[in-house]
Amino acid sequence: MLIKRPSDIVPSEITPQRVYEERRQLLKGALALGLGTGLVGSTLLSTPPVHAGVKLAGVRKSPLSTSGEELTPLNDVTTYTNFYEFGTDKKDPSENSGKLRTRPWTVAIEGEVKKAKVMDVEELLKLAPLEERVYRMRCVEGWSMVIPWAGYSLSELIKRLEPTGKAKYIEFISLADPEQMPGVNTPILDWPYLEGLRMDEAMHPLAILCLGLYGETLPNANGAPVKIVIPWKYGFKNGKSIVKIRFVEQQPKTTWQLANPTEYGFYSNVNPAVDHPRWSQAKERRIGEFGKRATLLYNGYGDQVASLYAGMDLRKFF
Amino acid sequence: MDIAKLKPRHVTLVKGFVFVLCLVPLARLAWLGVQHRLGANPIEYITHSTGWWTLSLVLITLAVTPLRRLTQWHWLLRLRRMLGLFAFFYACLHFTTYIWLDQFFDWQSIVKDIRKRPFVTVGFTAFLLLIPLAATSTNAMVRRLGSARWQRLHRLVYVIPILGVLHFWWLVKKDVTEPLLFSLLLGILFAVRLVYINRKSARRTVAAASSQTV
Repeated sequence: MLIKRPSDIVPSEITPQRVYEERRQLLKGALALGLGTGLVGSTLLSTPPVHAGVKLAGVRKSPLSTSGEELTPLNDVTTYTNFYEFGTDKKDPSENSGKLRTRPWTVAIEGEVKKAKVMDVEELLKLAPLEERVYRMRCVEGWSMVIPWAGYSLSELIKRLEPTGKAKYIEFISLADPEQMPGVNTPILDWPYLEGLRMDEAMHPLAILCLGLYGETLPNANGAPVKIVIPWKYGFKNGKSIVKIRFVEQQPKTTWQLANPTEYGFYSNVNPAVDHPRWSQAKERRIGEFGKRATLLYNGYGDQVASLYAGMDLRKFF
Repeated sequence: MDIAKLKPRHVTLVKGFVFVLCLVPLARLAWLGVQHRLGANPIEYITHSTGWWTLSLVLITLAVTPLRRLTQWHWLLRLRRMLGLFAFFYACLHFTTYIWLDQFFDWQSIVKDIRKRPFVTVGFTAFLLLIPLAATSTNAMVRRLGSARWQRLHRLVYVIPILGVLHFWWLVKKDVTEPLLFSLLLGILFAVRLVYINRKSARRTVAAASSQTV
C-alpha cells in the first residue's frame, strides 16, 4: 500500500463495539423470553470478525452518510453476501475468495469519454478524498444491512474522464477469471457480471465508487478492490471487483436482467410497492434483528433521488 | 448374520438407531445455534435447513419400498412409518419457523403470502397434505379406515414430494442445482415404481394366459 498516513478515524470510532454488543444482549434476552429458549436468540451473535484488511488513511466522515442506524458488524457483512463469482451460497464469497489478487489491479475506461485510459487502483485511491459513507443496503431477497463503505462520489471520477455528449449510460464490468473465481466455472449467470446506470443516476452524489469498508480496503468477499454502491437500488446493482467502465449511448444490458427479464429490471430501485414476481418486497429483515421492518421507497433515500424518476411509471421501469 | 432375516430384537435396535439418526439434523441446528454459527441470518438458515430435511425425509421414506424389493430386506418396511413421521416432524418445524420466527404471527402477511406466492402456496399445500397421512399413521387408524381406503389416502405421498420440489425450485433465485438433484432422485423413485408395476402386470398377463391354455 502506498498510503501510510494514519487514519483520522480509528475503526473503533466507526464501529462502536459496545453499542452492538448491548443491542445483541438485548435481542438475545428478548428472544430468549419470546421463545422460551435461549437457543435461537443466541444464534444472532456471530463469531468475531476474521478479516485482514489494510487500513485506509484519511477517510473523512461525510454529511451524505445515513445517520441514526446501527451498523451491521463487519463479520456479517463479509460472511453473508451474494457474489456468485465465488459460489451461490452467501458464505461462499468469504470462503472461496482467498485466491483473488487485488494488486496489481486496473480499471479500463472505455467508450464515449475524452479520457479513455487504463487506471490503476492506486490512482483511484488517490483520485479524490476518501469518505466514509454509511448506507443502508437492501438485497432483492428481502434482507438488509447498514454498511460503512469508504469511497467517493462516482461523479468525481466521471467528471475527470470527460464523457462526450453521446454518453447516456455507464456500464460496469466485473472481473470474471475462472482461475481466481471458482463460481465462474458454472454457467449460473452469463459472465462477466454486468451492471449499468443512467448517466444522471451515476452522477448523483449518493452513488459512490467504493474502495473500502469499515475504514479498511474492501475484503475480497465484498468486491475488492473496487466496486460501485448505489444505496437506493437493490444490492445486486452494486457491481463488484470492477475491471472495466464503459460510457455508452444505449441502455446496457445487465446480468440479472439478461438472466430473467421479468424478475429483474434495469432500474431495480428499492420499492416496497413493486413486488418481485415470486415474493413481496414490502418488508425486509435487517441482519441482526428478529422481526421484519417495512421497506422504504428508494431504500429511504427518496428525498435525494426521487426527482431522478419524476414522471416515470415505476411498475414499468422496475 | 443374514441381514435379510434380522431378528425382531435387531430390527428394534436398528429402528432405535434410525430414530436417533433422524434427530441429528435438529441436534445440529441446536449445536450450531449454541455456538452462534448459524450465520448472519439464522432464521433463514433454520428455515432452509428444516425444509431441506423435510424433503429429504419424504424421499427417504419413498425409497423404502424400492430398497426393500431390491435387497429383499423386508424388515425395512418397519422403518417406513417412523421415517414418514419424521418428515412430518421436520415439516412442522419448517412451518413453525415460517409462522413464528420469519413472519412472527403476522397473519395478514401470511395469508397474503400463501395466496399470492406460488412457492408458498405449493409448500403450504404439501404441508396440509402431510397432516392426514400423519394422523392416520397408527395401526388403529389403518384398521378403522380399512386397508384399501388407507392405501388410497396414503397415495398422497406421491403428490407431496412433487409439490415440495416445486416449492424449492420456485424459491431459488438462480442456482437450481439442488432442486434439480431432488427432482432427479424423485424421478428415479417414480421410475423404479413404474418398472415394478409393469412387471407385476406382465406377470399377471402371463399367468392369465397360461391358466387359459391349461
